[in-house]
Amino acid sequence: MLDVLTGFLEELRAAGVPVSLAEATDAARAVQVVPAADRAAFHQALAATLVKSPSHLPAFETAFAVYFAPRGAGVLGEDEGSEPEAASPNRGAASMGAPGDGGGPGAAQRPEDLAAALVRALLAGDQAAVAELARQAVARLSGMEPGRPVGGTYYLYRTLRQLDLASIEAQLLEALAGQAGQPTDGLRRRLLEDEVAERIEALRRAVQDEIRRLLVADRGAQALHRSVRQPLLEQVDFMHASAEELRALHRAIAPLSRRLAVRLARRRRQGREGRLDVRATLRASLSSGGVPVALHWRPPRPAKPELMVVADVSGSVASFARFTLLLLHALASQFSRVRSFVFIDGIDEVTDLLDRTEDPAEAARRVTTEADVVWLDGHSDYGHALTVFQERWGAEVSARTSLLILGDARSNYHTPEAEVLADLAARARHVYWLNPEPRAYWGTGDSVVGAYAPYCDQVVEVRNLAQLERFVADLA
Amino acid sequence: MSDAAPLGGRFETTGGLVEDLGFVDPGPARFRGVADVVARLAEVGYLADEAIGTVVHLADRLAKPVLVEGPAGTGKTELAKSVARATGSRLVRLQCYEGLDETKALYEWNYRKQLLRIQAQAVLAPEGTEPAAGDPRDPEGTERRWHDLESDIFSEEFLLARPLLEAIASPEPVVLLVDEVDRIELETEALLLEVLSEHQVTIPELGTIRATRIPLVFLTSNGTRELSEALKRRCLFLHLDYPSLERERAIVAARVPGIGEELADQVARVVRSLRGLDLKKHPSVSETLDWARTLVLLGIEQVDPASTRATLNVLLKYRSDLEKAMKELDLAAAGGDD
Ligand SMILES: Nc1ncnc2c1ncn2[C@@H]1O[C@H](COP(=O)(O)OP(=O)(O)OP(=O)(O)O)[C@@H](O)[C@H]1O
Ligand SMILES: [Mg+2]
Repeated sequence: MLDVLTGFLEELRAAGVPVSLAEATDAARAVQVVPAADRAAFHQALAATLVKSPSHLPAFETAFAVYFAPRGAGVLGEDEGSEPEAASPNRGAASMGAPGDGGGPGAAQRPEDLAAALVRALLAGDQAAVAELARQAVARLSGMEPGRPVGGTYYLYRTLRQLDLASIEAQLLEALAGQAGQPTDGLRRRLLEDEVAERIEALRRAVQDEIRRLLVADRGAQALHRSVRQPLLEQVDFMHASAEELRALHRAIAPLSRRLAVRLARRRRQGREGRLDVRATLRASLSSGGVPVALHWRPPRPAKPELMVVADVSGSVASFARFTLLLLHALASQFSRVRSFVFIDGIDEVTDLLDRTEDPAEAARRVTTEADVVWLDGHSDYGHALTVFQERWGAEVSARTSLLILGDARSNYHTPEAEVLADLAARARHVYWLNPEPRAYWGTGDSVVGAYAPYCDQVVEVRNLAQLERFVADLA
Repeated sequence: MSDAAPLGGRFETTGGLVEDLGFVDPGPARFRGVADVVARLAEVGYLADEAIGTVVHLADRLAKPVLVEGPAGTGKTELAKSVARATGSRLVRLQCYEGLDETKALYEWNYRKQLLRIQAQAVLAPEGTEPAAGDPRDPEGTERRWHDLESDIFSEEFLLARPLLEAIASPEPVVLLVDEVDRIELETEALLLEVLSEHQVTIPELGTIRATRIPLVFLTSNGTRELSEALKRRCLFLHLDYPSLERERAIVAARVPGIGEELADQVARVVRSLRGLDLKKHPSVSETLDWARTLVLLGIEQVDPASTRATLNVLLKYRSDLEKAMKELDLAAAGGDD
C-alpha cells in the first residue's frame, strides 16, 4: 500500500500540488481507517488529507483517476482466446479484439443496438449497466490499438460519434417526456433538457473512464499521467489562456478580488483611533493602588488608502486585458474607493461604466467598445497615456493613493516619459506595476519597464493566478 | 464582555514545556464507520453524502480538525451543529470576525472584578495593624503585599474563559465550531494553532491547561482569504459544494414541513438548472429552503412559469441574474400575468 501511495504522491507533486511530509503521513493513516474495499471512501480519505485548496482539486482528480484506475478485464491487444477469466457476460465485446473482430456471443453487435441499450440503461438510471455498455462501446467503436501514441480525447470523440450521441440524447428526451408527460411550457422543457444533459454527461464520463483505464493498462499510469496532466488553473499563463481557462479564471477572480478589497477596506476601517489596552492599563494600575491613572492604548492603525488602477487593454496583451478587465470589474464591485482607467495610446476613465454594469462579461465588452482609448493608431503608447493621465487626473493622486499599473510596458518605441511617472510616484502612497510578461523578456525590444521601475515600489511579474495571489498576500 | 463565566476550578493545570506528543490518542470511537456517520446525521436532519461521512469519520479516528470550505449556504455551519447533536456533545462556537483577538477567542482577565478586589483590599485592611499597600513608611511590607495581591487577582477566579479555552477545559464531550475562520487576520490564526495541534492552552499566570478528551473541531471558511499553510496542514479538508439533485431534494423534504414529494423534486430541479447558468451568485441551499417554504406558504403545489417568476427573487439577489434566469428558463412567456 505504502508503495502505491508513494508513487501517487510523486505524481501529485509533479502536477504541482504541494504535499508536505505531515500530509503524506496523514494520508497513510487515513487510508488505514477506511474500509479497504470502499473505493469512494479511499478516494475521499486521500482528498481530505492531500488537497487543501479547491484550486488543486482538478489536478488531484486527474491524478487519482489515472493512478487508481480500476484494473479489470479487457486489456488492449489481447485477443479473445487468451483472456484468462470469464468475468463479464459480454467479455467478448468488452475486451479489445483485433480490428474487425466480431465480438462474443450475446454482445450487442451494431452501434445502433448498443445505442438502444444505452438509452434503456440511461432511462432507468442504471449506472452499472451504463458502465458495462460504455465498456462495450469503447471496445467496438473507439479503434484503440496498443502502443499508438494517440490521446484519449481522440478515442472519446470517435466512440461518441459512432454511437451517435445526438440521437441518444433525442431518444432519451423523448422517452423521459413520455414518462413524465410532455412538457407544457418552456420551464418544464428546460428542466427536462437539463436532466437529459446530466445523464448524457454521465455516459460521457463512463466512456472516458473506460478509455483511461485501457490507456493506463497499455502505457502505464506514469506515462499516461504525464500526457494528460494539465497546468493548474493558478499556473495558467494569462497571456495564452484559452477561452475556457479564462472562464475558470473569471470564477477564481471573485474571491481573490474580495480578498484584495478586504485588505484595503480593513485598513480603512481600522484607521480609527487605537483601542484601550486593558491588560497593560491594569498592570500599571497596580502601582497606584488599583486606580488606572495611566491609560495604555494599542497603537493606531494606518489610514485609508485609495486605489487607482491603470490598465493596458491593447492587442499585445489581449488575453491579459480580458483578465484585467475582470479584475477591474471585480474590484470595483467590492470596493467603492477604486477608480479605474484603461489605455492603449489614449486613456479613459471607466469607473462609472464598471459601476453601472453588473455582468462582468458585459462590462468587459462595454469597456472595449465604449472607452475612448485610441488616440493615434491604436498601438500602445505608455508615455502618452501617462502624460494624459497626469494632466487630467494627476491632481487627484494624493498621499493616500495607491497606483496600480497593469501592462507589459511595450511602448512601440515611443518615448516612455518616465519623469511623468516619477512625478506621480512622488505624490502617491505606493506605485505597483504588474507585468504579464516573463521577467526574462523585460527590457528586450520595445519593453521600457526598466525606465519605470525606479519609480515603483514593486514591479512584479504576474503571469498567472498564483503570482497574483502572492502579490495580494504581500500587500497586507 | 458579559456572558462567559469564570471556570471555578473546573480544570487542572500543568506547568512546563509543551511535549511533543506525536500522534494523539483519539479516544473511543464516536461513530462505527462512514455509514454510521451518515445515518446518525440523517437522524438529526442533516443529509450527508459519503464524502462528508468519510471526513467526519476520519476526524474522529485521527483526532484532526476539519476545515470545511465552500460557497455560502452549503451547510458548513450546520454540519458542525449536527455532529454535536448526533454525538450528544456540547457545541462550543467561536464566531470569527475581523479584529477578533485572544481576549475574545481564548480568555480574558476580568478586570472589573480585579479592580474591585484591589480596592476592597485597601478598604478592608484593618486600620493601624498594618500600613495599607503603598504606604511610604513600610516599603518592605508594601512589596510583599503587592506580590500577594498580584498572584491573587491573576488566579482562576478572575479568569473569563472564551470559546477556545472553554472547549479545551470542558469536562463533557465537545464539538468546537470555529465559524468563518477566513475573517480573522493571519496573525490571529496563530492563536488557533496551539489549541488545534497541542489541544492545550497556556496562560502565563496559571500554567497549561490540557483537554481531557480531544474535541471534534470544525473550522468553516468561505475562502475569502487563503488560510496559512500551517493551519491547512493540520486540518482535514472538506470541500462542500452544492448538493446533488437527490440530496437537495432530500434536504428540502427533511427541512420544509408540509412539502409534497413532487414539489420538493421540482424545487430541486429548478435550482439545479439555475446553478447551471452563468450567474453572479448561484442560489445556496438556504435559498432553496427559503424558496420551498415560500411556495408552501403561498399554497403553490406545482412549479410553473408564473409562480416561479413571482417568487424568483427569493432565490436570486442580483437584477442581472434575475433577468438572465427569466430568459433562460423561459419564465416571461405566457402562463399567467403579473
Ligand atoms: N446537508 C444538509 N442537510 C440539511 N440541511 C442543510 C444541509 N445543508 C444545508 N442545510 C441547510 O441550509 C442552511 C444553510 O446552512 P449553513 O448555515 O450551515 O450554511 P453555511 O455553509 O455555513 O453558509 P455560510 O457560508 O453562509 O455560513 C441551513 O438552514 C441548513 O439547515
Ligand atoms: Mg456558516
